[in-house]
Amino acid sequence: MTAAVFFGCAFIAFGPAFSLFIFTIAKDPLRVIILIAGAFFWLVSLLLSSLVWFIATKATNAQDLTLQKDLLIFGCMFSVILQEVFRFAYYRLLRKANEGLAAISEEDGPPLSVREMAYVSGLGFGIMSGAFSMINTLSDSLGPGTVGLFGDSQYYFITSGVTSIALTLLHTFWGVVFFEGCERKRWWVIAVVLCLHLMVTSLSLLNPFYVGSVPPVYAIMLLMAVWAFFSSGGSLHNITLLWTCRKSNTETSS
Amino acid sequence: MICIHWKGPLQLQQAYLIAIFGPHGPDVHQVPARVVRPGSSLGAISVDDLVAVLCPKGPLRMLVETAQERNEPIFPALIYSSAMIWMVGMANPAINAEPTNEETDEEAHQSEGSALAGDWAEPETQVSSGMNRSYSTEDDLDEEDRGVKLGLGDFIFYSVLVGKAATTGGDWNTTLACFVAILIGLCLTLLLLAIFKKALPALPISITFGLVFYFSTDNLVRPFMDNLAAHQFYI
Repeated sequence: MTAAVFFGCAFIAFGPAFSLFIFTIAKDPLRVIILIAGAFFWLVSLLLSSLVWFIATKATNAQDLTLQKDLLIFGCMFSVILQEVFRFAYYRLLRKANEGLAAISEEDGPPLSVREMAYVSGLGFGIMSGAFSMINTLSDSLGPGTVGLFGDSQYYFITSGVTSIALTLLHTFWGVVFFEGCERKRWWVIAVVLCLHLMVTSLSLLNPFYVGSVPPVYAIMLLMAVWAFFSSGGSLHNITLLWTCRKSNTETSS
Repeated sequence: MICIHWKGPLQLQQAYLIAIFGPHGPDVHQVPARVVRPGSSLGAISVDDLVAVLCPKGPLRMLVETAQERNEPIFPALIYSSAMIWMVGMANPAINAEPTNEETDEEAHQSEGSALAGDWAEPETQVSSGMNRSYSTEDDLDEEDRGVKLGLGDFIFYSVLVGKAATTGGDWNTTLACFVAILIGLCLTLLLLAIFKKALPALPISITFGLVFYFSTDNLVRPFMDNLAAHQFYI
């Protein structure tokens, strides 16, 4: 394991998220606060699910390996459900806070739209999720050792990086779609997001059979990207305007 | 140095203060653990901070009130000033345009949010940099006078906690969790500042959150995430 693996996997896992942060979030302090608070909510959900798993493992026989693995899988699923619950709780909190800020703000209307909050909170969840999955692995990759001596796959680090960034982006898209669904009171959207999240976690249970886990996760990510784009007001018209570099017809000249 | 004691770009002042005071955090760990245990000393200091700021005869509260009575700013090298402008209670431009009779200006539109932190003074060296406070004011004479001011000792204690998480255990998840918890504690403290508009201790909430998340991440989340990483499961 070398510095090349470290830097390569670090840039794969955190590059897109970092650039999203720099270009869209860093300049506005309110967005930074919402990002950090989103990360905090994800952290709390992880903490509670770890507590449940910890109690379950202490209450059972530690020598029974299949039972321990089953408990770990149960812990994963419970954690996913709890993450979505906390996403909903964060939505409620942000709506209340936005109303409060709108009431005392000088400008007309709230300082941040629900769509902006959806994107920022999704990215907060995603960054925290990716960071927690990846940084211990990254710090191990700097140390001495060789992957695959005991028959494990030698692609461990690269697939970790690749799956981390997929999860980060997935959380962002899920955030956008979830908040939009809550706004429009379409509760089936929440159910679909939960099911897709459970499906992604279940696919990761197939590791180290990477052919079965990584491409489907990326397929789900592309699907979510398209859904989030259309859900947040994008359209084919916008895309054609983007590619032809024309301003939209509704802009007036100042 | 010029931009702290005289005038200069705010960003340069902020950068200098952070660069000087930030790295002092891990220095506390040079002291052997049988002399000072960072965890319990942090808890004790945040209780002391609470008492020193909120009690009517507390030393830091008297410092703030004296400075406001005399209409002097606190010694600039002890304070980190952000240029953030509060949306709550923004200065009404009409008030600022009035002739500056300093007493009436102070009473009329100074929002007295102050956050103080504990007094970190070693007996031998009598370091005076332990005075900490933050307050928000609506004067727009200087970019520095706007926005929230936070005491530099607060930075030291935050970095002590994060440094402890980083140096012991070797687990990066714990460090990251402490970092986020301290930031959220700071957000909550500033929220309380906006609500109560008086001197508030900056340490207790952040340090409490930081310590809670440090111990729980170290003991609960670490084995869970280690197991997940070993099997390469993703949640």
